[in-house]
Amino acid sequence: MRAPDPAVPGRFGPYGGRYVPETLMPGLIELESAFAAAWGDPGFRAELDALRRDYGGRPTPLFRARRFGAAHGGGAEVWLKREDLNHTGAHKINNSLGQALLARRMGKRRVVAETGAGQHGVATAAACALLGLECVVHMGEVDMARQAPNVARMRLLGARVVAAGSGSRTLKDATGEAIRDWVANVATTHYILGSTVGPHPYPTIVRELQAVIGDEARAQFLAATGRLPATVVACVGGGSNALGIFSGFIADAGVALVGVEAGGSSAGHSAALGRGTPGVLHGAYSYLLQDGDGQVAEAHSVAAGLDYPGVGPEHGHLKDTGRAVYDSVDDREALAAFHALCRLEGIIPALESSHALAWVARRQSQAPALAGPILVNLSGRGDKDLADLAPESGGGGA
Amino acid sequence: MMQLERTTRAERDAGRKALVPFFTAGYPSEDAFLDLVRAAADAGCRTVEVGIPFSDPVADGPLIQASSLAALRAGMTLRRALALTARATAATGVGAVVMSYVNPVLRFGVAEFAAAARDAGVVGVILPDVPHEEAAPLRGPLAAAGLPLIELVAPTTGRDRAARIAADARGFLYLVALAGVTGAAADPAAHAAELVDRARAATDLPCYVGFGVSDPEGARRVVRDADGVIVGSALVRLLLAAPHQMAGVQDVAAFLQSLRAAISPPAPEVTS
Repeated sequence: MRAPDPAVPGRFGPYGGRYVPETLMPGLIELESAFAAAWGDPGFRAELDALRRDYGGRPTPLFRARRFGAAHGGGAEVWLKREDLNHTGAHKINNSLGQALLARRMGKRRVVAETGAGQHGVATAAACALLGLECVVHMGEVDMARQAPNVARMRLLGARVVAAGSGSRTLKDATGEAIRDWVANVATTHYILGSTVGPHPYPTIVRELQAVIGDEARAQFLAATGRLPATVVACVGGGSNALGIFSGFIADAGVALVGVEAGGSSAGHSAALGRGTPGVLHGAYSYLLQDGDGQVAEAHSVAAGLDYPGVGPEHGHLKDTGRAVYDSVDDREALAAFHALCRLEGIIPALESSHALAWVARRQSQAPALAGPILVNLSGRGDKDLADLAPESGGGGA
Repeated sequence: MMQLERTTRAERDAGRKALVPFFTAGYPSEDAFLDLVRAAADAGCRTVEVGIPFSDPVADGPLIQASSLAALRAGMTLRRALALTARATAATGVGAVVMSYVNPVLRFGVAEFAAAARDAGVVGVILPDVPHEEAAPLRGPLAAAGLPLIELVAPTTGRDRAARIAADARGFLYLVALAGVTGAAADPAAHAAELVDRARAATDLPCYVGFGVSDPEGARRVVRDADGVIVGSALVRLLLAAPHQMAGVQDVAAFLQSLRAAISPPAPEVTS
């Protein structure tokens, strides 16, 4: 059920690779072999599976959103994969637990991570607390302000949160600072990258650790309905929740895969696949928002976790081959879908995941609507976003 | 043999240690940049490293990041940097080694960049985010324009890997003195001897040490083993601290003279 391994390790068609300073190359090569050994070790897999179950709360439920579907599904069934019910509130814990176990196995006692919305930072802080690892999280100053509850959570969990003050002061800059930290401390430190981005082997490691979403969802969907979904929808920032659920269905040619990027507002967007061009950012060749001189552009989204000018290289390949299609919804559409799910289902979704819901609502308002069942990856919960929203208004500012 | 390597070998064969200053293109201004290259020539530098500003310089510390951002805000681009470099090399006769993150080069077009760089008097190219494994598609077009892609060896690079890298190196071998970003506070000489030993086992190319060399004493200790020293962040620090650009240029000029004195043998020497 996995995507086929690329012909060249770390390459997805022309995308991927390892564009990093030489100082990091030995560390990446060590990580590649350490992950391969761990992933093939039944003991490692058993320990991870037990933690996913007993600590993380897996399997997460598959839930049919009947009222949202009736209002916005255009006659199609809408199902949610409830990754928001994971410990720490998002799919990110799937990756952080796996990589923290890997760090311990590699003998690295210090972990560094980047975070945008704070979900990956919280998940990594939790996993490090659990395993007794030192944890440093780099986060953009803008994101620290708009996702303050997650900053508090990380600190409660014992992590040191370091403000990234350069550039757009969001996820891009936090990632740059995390890479610089790793360059300086590679001998003692493992970098837990939070998405399917960055140099090889990260896009593969993160996809493999997130593939549990799609594997579970496929089995659950078959058990519940006796068939497969017609369409699988996920939001795409770096792309880890999307690849996690896509990988369960990628071999099912009849299942359409839809990635939804952040269309932002008049202030800008984060649609690297839809409106970007190929280039190198943070160690990988992939689609990217850049100007004519090859300078990386600043992204924008109401959802901090999508506010990134790059995207994982495997998504670039899925786009080029047509196996997945990518679209975008804007901030306003995402906020409307956020409120709809709150009121119709009693579920507060993350603003990131709301982009996937918003795509369903928009697509199903168009004729002809998709007829077959739609599976949405509800990748995280929205508690973190409450300070950013004005609940009484029903619309809210960002 | 390409021009850069003729220069680096000749300098070593003459018993001179190389001093390679790093300047960010267009920082603190285009005119000041030209003055800085002139100051380097006056300090006996045969080669300067010209940094192309980039929005996301992951190998660089805060000082070079700051200079890069300031130059970008003033409108610097790869194309303008090459035009500026052409003026600097024509005015001084020094060779320029361009340091650019790979994305602006890809955007420009590798072959187009190579030709434009050659025409600007560039003699070599450093791509700090292109490790040996990813270098092949870039090395060919650069070599076709007579430009070596400078290979880097870090303290984390093992002996076998260093030998593979050194085998493909041309011009000079760049030894990264510390595991970190440019300008980090550490003793660059601590690793230099071991790095140079490892490199000499694999290549007879001149070996230059960079990253973290911040004063004449550090430079002097580095060139006990290495054939040359590369200094960047320490120069940016002087430029940032100066009350105005002219003072900054003068401070850098004096500092380069002090570095030159520190790495030169006591006997008087003939400079060009």
